Order: sequence, then C-alpha cells, then structure tokens
Amino acid sequence: MTTLDSSKEIQKNNSEVNETHEDFRMFGLITFLIADGMTFAGFFAAYLTYKAVNPLPDGAIYELELPIPTLNTILLLVSSATFHKAGKALLKDKNSDSQKWLFFTAFLGIIFLICQLFEYFHLPFGLTDNLFASTFYALTGFHGLHVTLGTLMILIIAWQSRINGGRLTSQNMFPLEAVELYWHFVDGIWVVLFIILYLL
Amino acid sequence: MTISIDPQKTNNESLQPKGWLRYFSFSLDHKVIGIQYLVCGFLFYLIGGTLASAIRIELASPMSDFMPRDVYNQVLTLHGTIMIFLWIVPVVNGAFGNYLIPFYVGARDMAFPRLNAVAFWLIPPSGLMLVASYFVEGAAQAGWTAYPPLSITTPQSGQIIWILSVLLLGGSSIFGGINFIATIIKLRRPGLKLMQLPMYCWAMLGTSLLVVLSTPVLAGTLILLSFDIIANTGFFNPVLGGNVVVYQHLFWFYSHPAVYIMVLPAFGLVSEILPVHARKPLFGYTTMVFSIMGIVVLGLVVWAHHMFTSGTPPWMRLFFTIATAFIAVPTGIKFFNWVATLWGGKISINSAMLFSCGFIINFVFGGITGVALAQVPFDIHVHDTYFVVAHFHYIVYGGTVFIIFSSIYHWFPKVTGKMLNEKLGILHFIITFIGFNLCFAPQHWLGLNGMPRRVAEYDPQFQFVNQISSLGALLMAISTIPFLINVFLSVRNGKNAGDNPWNALTPEWLTSSPPPVENWEGEAPLIKEPYGYGKQISEQK
Repeated sequence: MTTLDSSKEIQKNNSEVNETHEDFRMFGLITFLIADGMTFAGFFAAYLTYKAVNPLPDGAIYELELPIPTLNTILLLVSSATFHKAGKALLKDKNSDSQKWLFFTAFLGIIFLICQLFEYFHLPFGLTDNLFASTFYALTGFHGLHVTLGTLMILIIAWQSRINGGRLTSQNMFPLEAVELYWHFVDGIWVVLFIILYLL
Repeated sequence: MTISIDPQKTNNESLQPKGWLRYFSFSLDHKVIGIQYLVCGFLFYLIGGTLASAIRIELASPMSDFMPRDVYNQVLTLHGTIMIFLWIVPVVNGAFGNYLIPFYVGARDMAFPRLNAVAFWLIPPSGLMLVASYFVEGAAQAGWTAYPPLSITTPQSGQIIWILSVLLLGGSSIFGGINFIATIIKLRRPGLKLMQLPMYCWAMLGTSLLVVLSTPVLAGTLILLSFDIIANTGFFNPVLGGNVVVYQHLFWFYSHPAVYIMVLPAFGLVSEILPVHARKPLFGYTTMVFSIMGIVVLGLVVWAHHMFTSGTPPWMRLFFTIATAFIAVPTGIKFFNWVATLWGGKISINSAMLFSCGFIINFVFGGITGVALAQVPFDIHVHDTYFVVAHFHYIVYGGTVFIIFSSIYHWFPKVTGKMLNEKLGILHFIITFIGFNLCFAPQHWLGLNGMPRRVAEYDPQFQFVNQISSLGALLMAISTIPFLINVFLSVRNGKNAGDNPWNALTPEWLTSSPPPVENWEGEAPLIKEPYGYGKQISEQK
C-alpha cells in the first residue's frame, strides 16, 4: 500500500514543523466524569422511586445511624482541602510538602473506607434482606469502589512526586490535577448520597 | 497549557506492521481503527443476518419445526443484540466517525488515539463472548431488552454473559463518545468555526452527547440486574419486593436515545452524500444543526413511550406522547431539507445516491409509523406485535443500514483508491430495496391483525403473509452476495479512483487516496464552505 511509503515523507515534514495544540486531557476527563455521574444519577433515581412507590414489608429494618457517616462526610471534605493544599505546594516547587499532603489525603481516604466497612459489619441488615438494604449496599458499595480507586491513584501520584526522579513537577501538574478533580467529584457524590440516603 | 508534539514520538507511534497486518495490530491511526470497526462490524452483521434468516425460516410455517422454542428465543436475542451493539452502533459511529471526523476538523488523528484503540479492541472479545455463550448452556433468552422477571428466571449463565458483553460494548461506546466530543470541540483546525463544519460532525457531536449521558445509566442498571441474577437481591424481582417497571424506565432511558445513537450519524452521513451527488449545497445548514440538537434534547425525554402498557400513569402518557410527537418536527425539517437539496440538482444516479434515496423513502415510512406508535390508544393496540418489529426495522435497516451501504459506495474510493463496480452496486441496491420492503411491509399488516412478536409459533391464518416476508428475507440474504463480490473484485482490480472521483469539496477528498498516515502532507486545508457546489471553486481554498 502506498500509505506507508508516503508516511515517511510526512514524518520528515513533521520533524520540521513542530506543531502544538491545546491540552484537552482535562476536557476528556470532565466528559468522563459527567458519564460517571450519570451512573450515580441512575442509581439515585432508582432509589428515590423505590422509596416513593415500593413500601417495605412489615418489620423490615431500615434505620441508619448517623455518627459514622457524618464522620465520613467530614473526612472526605477535609481530604478535599488537603488535596488542594498538595496542589498549591507542588505549584511552588515544594515537592516534599506536596508529597506529605498527598499521603495525608490518602490516609483520610483509607480511614473513610475502614469506617465504611465498620458500618457494614455493624448494620442490622444484609445485602438481600429487603429492597432498602440492597439499594443501600449497591449505592455505598459503588461509591466505596470509587474511593478505593481514588486512594490508589493518590498513592501513585504521591510516589511520583518524590524529589529525585519523580514525574510530578510544577511543569507537569496534569496527573495531580486529574486525580484532584476526580477526588472532588467523588466527594461531591458522597455529599449527595449522604443527603439522599441518610438524611431524607 | 499547550502540548508540543514531539516529532520523535510521533515517528514511533506511526510504526505499525506493514500492509494488511496493521489491521490486526493495536494501531493508533484513526483510519486503521475506522476500517477495523467497519470490517469487524460487517462480520458480526453476517452472523446476525444468518440468525435473522434462521428466524424467517422458522416463521415460514406456523409450528416451531425448524428449531426448538428455547433455541428460537436464543436466536432472536442474539440477533437483536448483535445487530444493535456489534453492527449498527460500532459501524455508524465508530467506523465512519473515526475515519471521517479527524479529516473534517482538520486534525491528524483523534484527540485520544490510545483510548480510541482501546475502545475498538473491547469489541471483538465481547462480541465473540456473546456468540460463544450459545455453546455454554445456551445464550440469553430474554430478548435484547432483557426485561426482568424473564431475564431472572431464564438460564443464568447465558444472561450473565450477555450482561458482561453489553457492559463492555457500552464502555467501548462511552470511550468513543468522549473521544468524538473532545475531537470536535477541541481539536478543530485554527480558523475553522463550528458552523463551518460538515454536517456529519454535528451529527456525531449530538450522538456522542447522547452516548455519554445515557449509556452509563444502562451500565448501572445491568449491574443491578446481574446482582438480581447472581446474588439473589430483589431490585427488579417482585417476589422479593422489587419493581420491574423501574428496570424498564432505566433501560429505556438508554435504549430510546440508543435509537438516535443509531440513526443520527446516518442523518449526518446522508447530508454528506446527497450534496456531492446532486451537485448542490446542502439546503438549510443552520436548521439542520438546530434540528440535530433538538433531537438530542427531546430524545432524552421520550423514553416512556415504550412503556404505555406498563401501568404508566395518565400524566406520564400525556407527557411522553406529546414529547414524542414533537420529535417529528426536527426530523421533518431534516427531510424537507434533503428533498430540497435534491430539488433541481444535477443528480447522478449511482449506487451511493440510490441507497441514500432508498433511505429517504424507507425512513419517511418508518417515521410515520413512529408517530402513530406514539399515540397511546394505537400503541396499546399494537404493543408487542409485528407492527413494532416492522416500524423498528424500517428505521434501523431501511434507515441506517441503507446509509451504511451508501457510505461504503461513497467512501470506498477514498479508503482503497479503487472504484467499486457500479453495475454490481445497482444490482445490490435493487435486490436489497425489494427484499427489504417485501420482508417488512407485510409485517405491519401482521401486527395490526394481532400477531405477537418474539414467539416461534403463530396462528395458521398468518402463514401466507409470513411466507411473503420470509421470501423478502431470502432476497435480503442474497443481496449480500453481489456486494461481497463487488468489494473483493474492486479491491484487486478496481478502476483507479484518483484523489477526488466525485469532485467533492469536503476535506477528506483533498488528500491522496488512500490518505497518508497523518492525513495531510503539510498543513490541513481550511474548508469554510464544505457544500459550496455551484460557486467558484477558486474562492474555496
């Protein structure tokens, strides 16, 4: 085929003209997060519909206690702030400060997951007990999966922001910015989830 | 922040196996990926078509004598799922979108080439998995809609494989959608405004918005359904306190927009093909753009018209009937625009043009039955009958598949540098058009007279009309033969096409055929009037 023959010339042209384009990785990430948000929107819509039209059988237990989820809400909100701190520190080329803040954020994420598991083990209902129980575990579980992935990604970028040989620098902020946006998104979802599932 | 393209890196990326082997590699070239989508989709079309033939053979007689009833259920489920998720959606979005959009926006590739390759390579394994599920314990039997409680009570393994496969295909579709949105919005050549883009870009932008907004909801729903099947939860199981109607709402929140995901790109493609072969500017560019976006917005709020017999409350029926009827307005605008584009044009009767005209005829018919189906009293009468089957196939086969063939005739010279044989092409069109209408037009009558869909046996009074329909299906199967012969002969000994055999003005024709790896030697051309036929070509530049 002539495609590959002509490609050599193109490559020659390319090395002369060094083209630039706008960085649209963040745009792609935002589009993905909108899609991800729609998954949660579907779950929330299903949950609210069940609440409105599907009465639970008599004697079904669906009371939730508030202390642990309230603590979890505070943990996630604080972790958003600490993540922001990490970004600011990196921007000022203080890599070690940035790394400390990142590890602290990941630590908060892990505490959140431990609290979540603690709540799971002390709830009076299991996955298949009734419709409310199933929806509760599906929603919090799907969110917990997001927190787990987020925590892993924070640990990875914390490793990358090490001073010698790390990829993350004030010139290459994208990995940190991307994970930060994702983390804020997961926090926002949690706030909505907390209001709909625990407070309503 | 801007990214500079490192020439050294670009060189490495375009290293791929030589010749046809590159179609089997993890190539990042959008043109290679487009062809991968097209060929892979066509192979699945042949499988899905074989299954359709099996269905029509079974229905040639009133008793289930060709295959057992449960096998019939599996065959119709696989037919629907393969045709929708592995043929129409990947080809009309993935194949033509990947091949054409970077040319139209004046780019060298898609915005995220690696994501693009990943999106394609999700398709063959999930498709094979779906087909292979037939040999495990039997494929899914609940139809492509997988309504519970049917999908919960039929054999589990087939249904779970079905869910897994559709989840992967949905993921592929979302990755593709993100890529198209980023490419069209962010990767446009400097100086090219949104309202100067060829119409297919607008169609793909609208389609991708629908993909990104609605596909995740289906994914979430199918995850819940799989919990019902595996973990014995009761989301959609009335016995355990669940609600089947919630599944229907969530499912149709994706699957009604899915109809537009299948047909909007076809609207875009026909808007590219008609002006070229009628030598006239596309009529009503601005109204075309607004009607596409109108369809996107309305398409998201009409889903419950699939559920008029599911105990829908009166206010919901009223709202969804009115919203559905409104969709006829932007769609009608587009049809008048296409007819006005043809009006007084210097029309060349070739295969691409014939298939496009066939599309207009079939789709108007499918559109009229669609407006009829939106009316609650009529819908309750024909719900789940062959009338719905006929309507749907007029939209998806008579509409989209005709446009896929039209596009293949139109862009084959660009992709391969060879012309397709016109005589075989016209023969292909005639057999397809007659076969299609013979197969599906009688099904309207069957539905109105009460023949239910999705069952292997029927009342003997319907036998004669069913046999006519099966005869049509036979013609449709035969119509593939001249097409395949045509492609094989033309790739080997076709007439050389040259760079621009149709004298078209859209950017992809301004590079060599087949195009070089990064689309253009030097800078991408700036086309401000992609449909400026009849004007001075020298003004273009």
